Amino acid sequence: MNRRTLLLGTGAALALPALPALAQQATVTGAGATFPRPVYERWGQQAREAVGIQLNYQSIGSGGGVNQITNRTVDFGATDAPLAEAQLRERNLLQFPTVMGSVVQIVNLPGVADNALRLTPELLADIYLGRITRWNDPRLVEANRDIRLPNLPVSPTYRADASGTTFVFTTYLSRVSSDWQRGPGAGTSVSWPVGNGARGNEGVSNTVRQTPGAIGYTENAYATVNRLVTTQLRNKTGNFVTPNMESFMAAAEQADWNRPGFAADLIDLGGERTWPIVSPTFILLPTNPAADRVEGSRASMRFFDWAFRNGADAARRLEYIPLPNTVHEAVRAAWGQQVKAPSGQALWPIG
Amino acid sequence: MQQTVTAAMPAATARRAAGSLGDKVFAALCTGAGVLVLLTLGGIIITLFLGGLPAFREYGLGFLTSSAWNPVEGREEYGALVAVFGTVVSAVLAIAFAVPVAFGIAFFLTELAPAWLRRPIGTAIELLAAIPSIIYGMWGLFVLVPFVQQNIQIAFGETLAAIPLVGFIFESRSFAGTSLFAAALVLAIMILPFIAATMRDVFEQVPPVYKESAYGLGATRWEVVRGVVLPYTRTSVVGGIMLGLGRALGETMAVTFVIGNANRLPMGIFDPSTTIASVVAMEFPESLAGSLKQSALFALGFLLFVISFIVLATSRWLLRSRLKA
Repeated sequence: MNRRTLLLGTGAALALPALPALAQQATVTGAGATFPRPVYERWGQQAREAVGIQLNYQSIGSGGGVNQITNRTVDFGATDAPLAEAQLRERNLLQFPTVMGSVVQIVNLPGVADNALRLTPELLADIYLGRITRWNDPRLVEANRDIRLPNLPVSPTYRADASGTTFVFTTYLSRVSSDWQRGPGAGTSVSWPVGNGARGNEGVSNTVRQTPGAIGYTENAYATVNRLVTTQLRNKTGNFVTPNMESFMAAAEQADWNRPGFAADLIDLGGERTWPIVSPTFILLPTNPAADRVEGSRASMRFFDWAFRNGADAARRLEYIPLPNTVHEAVRAAWGQQVKAPSGQALWPIG
Repeated sequence: MQQTVTAAMPAATARRAAGSLGDKVFAALCTGAGVLVLLTLGGIIITLFLGGLPAFREYGLGFLTSSAWNPVEGREEYGALVAVFGTVVSAVLAIAFAVPVAFGIAFFLTELAPAWLRRPIGTAIELLAAIPSIIYGMWGLFVLVPFVQQNIQIAFGETLAAIPLVGFIFESRSFAGTSLFAAALVLAIMILPFIAATMRDVFEQVPPVYKESAYGLGATRWEVVRGVVLPYTRTSVVGGIMLGLGRALGETMAVTFVIGNANRLPMGIFDPSTTIASVVAMEFPESLAGSLKQSALFALGFLLFVISFIVLATSRWLLRSRLKA
């Protein structure tokens, strides 16, 4: 008890001088995307200690998150694929981003080192379209003159469970290949022309690890933690880039957030060092919370406000890319304008 | 004397009254329990059917024959053929793998094994049935899939693919190891204990006098099992197999790990495929409420229900003469 009072006191004194009266225990319930789960959980842990907000986040998938917030059974929903403006209006939801993440390719090629294989967007699309079936295909050899490619069949691997990672990856493929766009298209799950589906990031990485000649895609955070062999990818400018924080930040810097629902598009941006497959993840907040959900909405905004101020380090350590401060300000302004209690009073800023 | 009788009378009546009330309550509870099962079953069927109705209405009978499964917004198209095919083929293959082994186990335990070995093997089989399916899935993915890929698919696949006419069934087009064959193998191991335990139990119930008569006539062990034990226990043996088939049809977690989850019609047993339960488990969390995709998933669930029902009904029909007797 004493410790909590002390912590709350310091938290209020240091970071949140504006809300002394409200800095008490509050519970926030959220559900949705699995992709940002690690960072939300970490933030939840830190926010509980710092400002006494207890986050209960269920990573049930983006679709589930949209369903639950539409039915108002949670305080906020989380989704990787942004909702369109019309969908947001119809469901009375406010959408804002929290962090960005990136998708990388992982391979299992005996004798090929980490980040040694160079892929072009066309090669990647043709591999997943089933047009390149062996690793010593002349086009792959052409792009990789300085390494020896084994004579192995190509085994493309994909996420079998519908997921935001697949949405980001297939959006990229549709953007760079008109054949992909006309064929399978982009979505949380698509009808893959070739390859094997595995469950979750761990399923994809295990299948790739066990199968010489396999290629797959995962979130960068997952690939880094598990030391998977990733590849270079040619970006829009024509440079081969290695997936790392620097190339992700290069993409993040060019994002245009001035769009409905903050749905910035970071796929295949220009720039010398830009990693081409980066995407934000979003939170959905009701703009018209019912009387019994007002406290939850308020606490949700307090939680993300705290995370915007103090959560960047934790996010970076988990390989997520924090948003720029200008976006944080714009999100707070949107809260103030759009989220209203039944009485019509704005719920933000608090105090 | 008389006084004692009159004194005892009311007590006895009271007890009887309490007893009849208890009987009524007990009867009502039991009836309720029975009706509850019917209501639950009916409720599930109706929920699945109503949930799947938009998909059935959109595609009609074509839902059953279409091999399309495209959840991409704007070009949505759903068909059940691939999932139904994968479900039925993986379950039937699993039965084909499991039944001979289960019969061997039951034969060994009831006729051949020394008494001290029967208990440990029997317990081991029962333990096999107690392993959660997620464990089978993980073990399948980490151990069985690489083994199948290296020692069966690559070692035998090419030779078998050279057989004329049916060779294409064994041809390797996918090399990740997760395949219809791997799924059938994992399923076979999972349903083996159910079939083996049922067979052993019913083999043991054959009256010794029948077997001894056959032995007395000079029959060998095999002749006794084939001529006496199997005919006597046919109903229960088929029942055990159907139990296994039912479990194989609905198994989700383990299959998802090893089948390769491809919504394409497989050309051979080493191709990835998918099952109804697997598709529903994979796609449901990302399906929006009220969307055509969710409806198609409900429709698939309904079809799985129908398939299970057909399996049970067929087994009943096959055994109709036996059940009447």
